[in-house]
Amino acid sequence: MGPHHPSTHGVFRMDVKLDGETVVDLKPVFGYLHRNHEKLAEDMSYLASMPFTDRLDYFNSMTNNWAYALAAEQLVEIEVPERAEYLRVIMAELTRLVNHVSLVGFFVNDLGALGTPLLYAFREREKILDLFEQASGARMMCNYFRFGGLRCDVPEGWLDRAREVTDRFPKFLDEYEQLLCENEIILSRTQGIGKLSRELAISAGITGPMLRASGVAYDLRKVDKYGIYDRFKFRVPYGEEGDCYDRFMVRMLEMRESIQILKQALADIPEGDIMGKAPRVFKPKPAEVYGRIEGPKGELGFYLIADGTPKPYRYRVRPPSLINLTVLRDMCLGQKIADAVVILGSIDIVLGEVDR
Amino acid sequence: MVEGSADLEMTTQNISPGMDLDDKTRAELERAGVIVTRVDFLYNWSRSNSVWPLTFGLACCAIEMIASATSRFDMSRFGSEVFRPTPRQADLMIVSGTVTKKMAPQVVRIYNQMPEPKWIIAMGACAISGGPFKQGYNVLKGIDRYLPVDVYLPGCPPRPEAVLQSLNYLQNKINDQDIKADPAFTKGRRQYPVPEFTGTDLEPPYNPEVWSPPENPNGEPVVPPKKTAA
Ligand code: SF4
Repeated sequence: MGPHHPSTHGVFRMDVKLDGETVVDLKPVFGYLHRNHEKLAEDMSYLASMPFTDRLDYFNSMTNNWAYALAAEQLVEIEVPERAEYLRVIMAELTRLVNHVSLVGFFVNDLGALGTPLLYAFREREKILDLFEQASGARMMCNYFRFGGLRCDVPEGWLDRAREVTDRFPKFLDEYEQLLCENEIILSRTQGIGKLSRELAISAGITGPMLRASGVAYDLRKVDKYGIYDRFKFRVPYGEEGDCYDRFMVRMLEMRESIQILKQALADIPEGDIMGKAPRVFKPKPAEVYGRIEGPKGELGFYLIADGTPKPYRYRVRPPSLINLTVLRDMCLGQKIADAVVILGSIDIVLGEVDR
Repeated sequence: MVEGSADLEMTTQNISPGMDLDDKTRAELERAGVIVTRVDFLYNWSRSNSVWPLTFGLACCAIEMIASATSRFDMSRFGSEVFRPTPRQADLMIVSGTVTKKMAPQVVRIYNQMPEPKWIIAMGACAISGGPFKQGYNVLKGIDRYLPVDVYLPGCPPRPEAVLQSLNYLQNKINDQDIKADPAFTKGRRQYPVPEFTGTDLEPPYNPEVWSPPENPNGEPVVPPKKTAA
């Protein structure tokens, strides 16, 4: 199956061995979108790879930026001003909404509901992309974060518009849930399909909504409290069975929590600077750092080794999609071939990040 | 066809210049239910307004391609909302994203499977030239090395509006086609040799039929000045 297949979310290939319609063996083949991200980054200055991080997971450019900025800020210890921290949280949660809403659209698309849910999802996505565009100048590839803050402040009236979008979002979610969550076809196609046990999820290093769907309430926003996440009140939804339905529902519920965070952040955002005192020439002392955040797809980490030059000696990305993909075989064995597509959809991969 | 409908008006305006029909005769003929037009025009007109693209996403640009088909931008206004997952039913390939060396053979193979007439839009900096990843060891520096590209659509990623504009350009191009002379119609299905991925590079590096390395405008290779010790 693949690499050109409508439901492989890009260019991903699965070598599937079938017995009738049952999957007896499955081997994922990646590398069709390997773009030498890490190698390129080792050959340019630290800041110059910021725009490349946008293109890792092209749904969530803001969170990718954040993870990289977080890692680099550890290298030279920059204070991030208060307002920038708030804006970062706002951007990250908006990104989470974009990601989850499009994922659910694609996932239902894989189930055979061609079009309608995806169109609904993209309608909402456009509203948030407009916000991104007003703030950063680009719809998808925002390149908005800098070491020590943000590139520029948001324009006048942006916060009001963001509040408006946030206030209207739950209404859309209600509609969406009504449409999908009790749909008989979705229930029968997803419940009990592609179970991932708690033990396997932990030992395989699965993170993000997939891990939580398997019943582990582990969220880096709660564990690490990076940024200013300790100031917000939100809950971490988690599932019990670890099947496709749980993975789908965890994401639906997470969107509601993101809205809670957004409401709090938009209410108490202070005035002030958006850029800390970053050195003009970024030339860190030799060190090794690892910065990680809870991306919409899981733990996104950047591991940097500095050797005293303006370029990193080693630049490594820990992509959540790739590591979540490693259990694909275990989840698909014994299932029907049509369900393998659904399981793949529920993992939520983006090939830009898997292959880098 | 109803007299005076939009379709009829269009046909009367674009009548073949080679035929001497004055307006009065034509109007009379139309009243009698006879339309005089060129096969070229009719054919191109229907072709250009029902382009069926291939559902073929490679990287980030694919998301913008999908966005241009959704309700806000609504590609179906231009008659091409029918995205087809199989190459056998599609006639437009939007190469949306980075073509890596591992992927290039499949892209060419998919193109070969498409029936004539077929067109290509190279969407995004990556498909045109390698884009931001051009220096990479694994990125093909432009799909036009292997396939004939009709419209180049720059941007990283191009906005959905730009996708619509490129579609308009393509429609103009289709409208200018001459069926009798166009190789797409005379020679049958165009098939290009599929390059082979050898693990490190593609063999051959380009298809001389459609692309050749640009010549140096000065004739002589430019030698970079020697570096003096700092
Ligand atoms: S041109 Fe830019 S947006 Fe498009 S595929 Fe290349 S990197 Fe991604």
